[in-house]
Amino acid sequence: MTGVDWEVVIGMEVHVQPRTRTKMFCGCAVGRLGDPPNSNVCEICLGLPGVLPVINRAAVEACLKTALALGCEIPRHTKFDRKNYMYPDLPKGYQISQYDLPMSVNGQLEVGGRAVRIRRVHLEEDTGKLIHAGDKLHRASESFVDLNRAGVPLMEIVSEPDLRSADQARDYAMALRTLLRTIGASEAEMEKGQMRAEPNISIRRAGSAELGVKTELKNINSFRSLHRAILFEVARQVEVLESGGTVLQETRGWSEAEGRTFSQRSKEFAEDYRYFPEPDLPPLELDPAWIEELRRALPELPSVRNSRLVAEHGLPVADANVIAADRELADLFEGAVAAGAPARQAANWIVGEVAPTGKLPSPKNLAELVKFVSEGAITRDQGKEVLVESVETGRRPSEIVTEHGFVQLSDEGELLAVAEAVVAANPKAVEDYRSGKKQALQALMADLRRRAPQANPKVASGLLLKLLA
Amino acid sequence: MTKLIGSTAVELSKLLRARDVSAREVLAAHLERIDEVDGRVNAFLRLTPELAAAQADAADRALKAGDAGPLTGIPVAVKDVLCVRGVETTAGSQILRGFKPPYTATAVARLFEAGVVMVGVTNCDEFAMGSSTENSGYFPTHNPWDLDRVPGGSSGGSAAAVAAGAAVIALGTDTGGSIRQPAALCGVAGMKPTYGRVSRYGLIAFASSLDQIGPFARCVDDAAMTLSLMAGYDPLDATSSERPRQDVLNNYGGDIKGMRLGLPREYYDVEGIEPGVKSAVDRALQLLRDSGAEIVDVTLPHTDYGLAAYYIIAPAECSSNLARFDGVRFGMSDQDAPNIIEAYSRTRRQGFGSEVRRRIMLGTYALSSGYYDAYYLKAQKVRTLIKADFDQAFTKCDAIVSPTSPTVAFPIGSRTQDPLSMYLCDVFTLGGNLAGLPGISVPCGMSDGLPVGLQVLAPQWGENLALRVARAYETAGGGMAAMPSLLRGEG
Repeated sequence: MTGVDWEVVIGMEVHVQPRTRTKMFCGCAVGRLGDPPNSNVCEICLGLPGVLPVINRAAVEACLKTALALGCEIPRHTKFDRKNYMYPDLPKGYQISQYDLPMSVNGQLEVGGRAVRIRRVHLEEDTGKLIHAGDKLHRASESFVDLNRAGVPLMEIVSEPDLRSADQARDYAMALRTLLRTIGASEAEMEKGQMRAEPNISIRRAGSAELGVKTELKNINSFRSLHRAILFEVARQVEVLESGGTVLQETRGWSEAEGRTFSQRSKEFAEDYRYFPEPDLPPLELDPAWIEELRRALPELPSVRNSRLVAEHGLPVADANVIAADRELADLFEGAVAAGAPARQAANWIVGEVAPTGKLPSPKNLAELVKFVSEGAITRDQGKEVLVESVETGRRPSEIVTEHGFVQLSDEGELLAVAEAVVAANPKAVEDYRSGKKQALQALMADLRRRAPQANPKVASGLLLKLLA
Repeated sequence: MTKLIGSTAVELSKLLRARDVSAREVLAAHLERIDEVDGRVNAFLRLTPELAAAQADAADRALKAGDAGPLTGIPVAVKDVLCVRGVETTAGSQILRGFKPPYTATAVARLFEAGVVMVGVTNCDEFAMGSSTENSGYFPTHNPWDLDRVPGGSSGGSAAAVAAGAAVIALGTDTGGSIRQPAALCGVAGMKPTYGRVSRYGLIAFASSLDQIGPFARCVDDAAMTLSLMAGYDPLDATSSERPRQDVLNNYGGDIKGMRLGLPREYYDVEGIEPGVKSAVDRALQLLRDSGAEIVDVTLPHTDYGLAAYYIIAPAECSSNLARFDGVRFGMSDQDAPNIIEAYSRTRRQGFGSEVRRRIMLGTYALSSGYYDAYYLKAQKVRTLIKADFDQAFTKCDAIVSPTSPTVAFPIGSRTQDPLSMYLCDVFTLGGNLAGLPGISVPCGMSDGLPVGLQVLAPQWGENLALRVARAYETAGGGMAAMPSLLRGEG
């Protein structure tokens, strides 16, 4: 079977912790990673006898905002169901989730210009955490249960199997994070456990309409791991099929340390979850007026903003992608433009200098800086120094420029002396240039910048070229 | 002091407010009474004398300050499924032996705020599953009217405690008849409110969509007062209603002239109903007619399917509700099992009795993939039909009257080998649970020396109607001797 073209098919299940103060069904704080074990618990999330759940309105609101931002349909009626299975990290012996009437269905998310269909977005509660002395629960000599996470709200966002590569899957997850942050529904930090991506992966012969047997990957806690895990799993499935084997439908864990996936849930744990409507919670009737209010209050979505940055400000698509993917960067960009910065240069500075550091100047300061450089008052290198200092101190670029005496030297007379000194000091480079190695000019320019950092590069290189001619 | 025993809360409250007697003295009389009779009745699993003493002292202070309500200082017994902070609460099950909840059920807490004095925890069928209290994980309770007979169930301990004069009021829960049936068999009043009227927070769930908390009392007024104090919205129970609790008492003291009372033929003209029960109910119907009501024939055509639907829905919910009893966080826990699956099995096999295990298995089966549609979903459809039956009947009548139970109290052990015959005890009551209706059982005379109960069912949120009919009947002279002769005049 070697030589077959395989098509990768990926659907994503993403669990996101909505931004709430309290848990899904009780008043406990949602807490943070690293809180002492069992410090955010009460009789309700411990599942003691006789207690009842009450729905967290803030979680419902975050879920509805997410659904609206994904263009989902929101049915008038929704309900919670019990998913029954016994495990020590599940205090009640069932998880309250949503089965056949989820809070929303049929949306889509634009990723790199393609629409990925969203099947559903629903609400449920998280389970606790088990720590085993030994490897697995049924072989451990001792196990510890931490129920801080039990009952923490989760939105489950399920895509259709529309993704075709590890890159696309990662980009999808990143686009989702941007969206969630933009609308304020979640911090969506994978490293903090606020977002978990579980790709469902199968492969099939290119051109085939049938889906292959899929595996579901768990334990992925960064975009990088997501990418690596999918690449590994795809390669594994290809190898299995090409060596004449069959892919088993199973849940596989990702081991970051070993860089491989491993079979996690064997057949003996194959479950019948016996879903049925949660009798402790009446069905929810969602008020259309409330939904409308939430829809109107949504900020501009990243995909819309992206298009607008291109159309309104004439940005290159690559720059618009970077800027629109982060609400803070996009706000900075538009703020700087409003304060008078030329759009393309402002974008260039944000993509090249601001985004990599993650440290943002004020829009006004950025605008001032971009203007200094674009008008030729200071050099780009000086501009970078000014940016760093302005971000650190919050001071205006004009003050910093004055204080450091930063000016761009454009006077041909002064620069000619420097250029002559450079030519004299670098006979080898001059010789190279004259013998046809045009890149030798770079070395001469570098020496010139060392001797006169404030030199206007255009004027200086013009002078050098004259001297070399 | 014995005159304090067998009094109603209304009577005792008069004495207390007049300061003729103190809450401490009322409590002492009842603890003494428990001491005298409970060795034979076994209504109580545990007594709470320290809590009672503190509450009686608080009641006396309130009475002295003129700050007393209608139930201040009244001795109350609480069914073992209602959590009381710091008091061992076990749902009649060995699996919860030693469990002391860190919270109090809302209904109980509201009565505590109203000044009642809790004397103890009453016996019941394990997790409220049963109709005789023989399924208790501890011991059976005996009917005060005939100690060889059952008190009914599952709230048999609470019914027997009130019947025996050991408590003035007791709390029970009713999932398929577990308040009304034991009230009938013990000759006291017992009321199941509309589903959602009383918060279920702190009630150890049997079947969440059916369970309701309600009172046992020696008269309709006491039941009405107790219910009104427990009722009302609770932010901790999403299924509790925001309707004002005073609704319960709205015009309930009026007469019943011109009221139409429906007699469903399915609850009356049926096999298995004892002649003595029928003639007692006939006499009650006559008394109601004499009080100005009109008895009209109604029909509840899907009654036959109700029992089957109930025994799908209730076990399905219980199979899920009881999953938390896994030995991990509280209660009985097998510490020697080699792995978690075995630990679950051993803990639950040892901790649960056979009826509880039977229902968990029934419910698990009914919810299983491939069977869900045929069982659970179909049962829910039947439930809708049962509700429609009642809606239809209530277009022809204001309230429904019937026997509460087809039989009087039966001998202990006579039905334990035949679960189906036990399930038939609830045939007239469980429709009210499936439809979420309020219902009350009031004593309506005797059959061969054993009490018979008259059930009054009203439309949703119509507690006041059910209470009005029951009270009018009581006022017209229905009812019975105040105290079982077996225990009367002792001590």
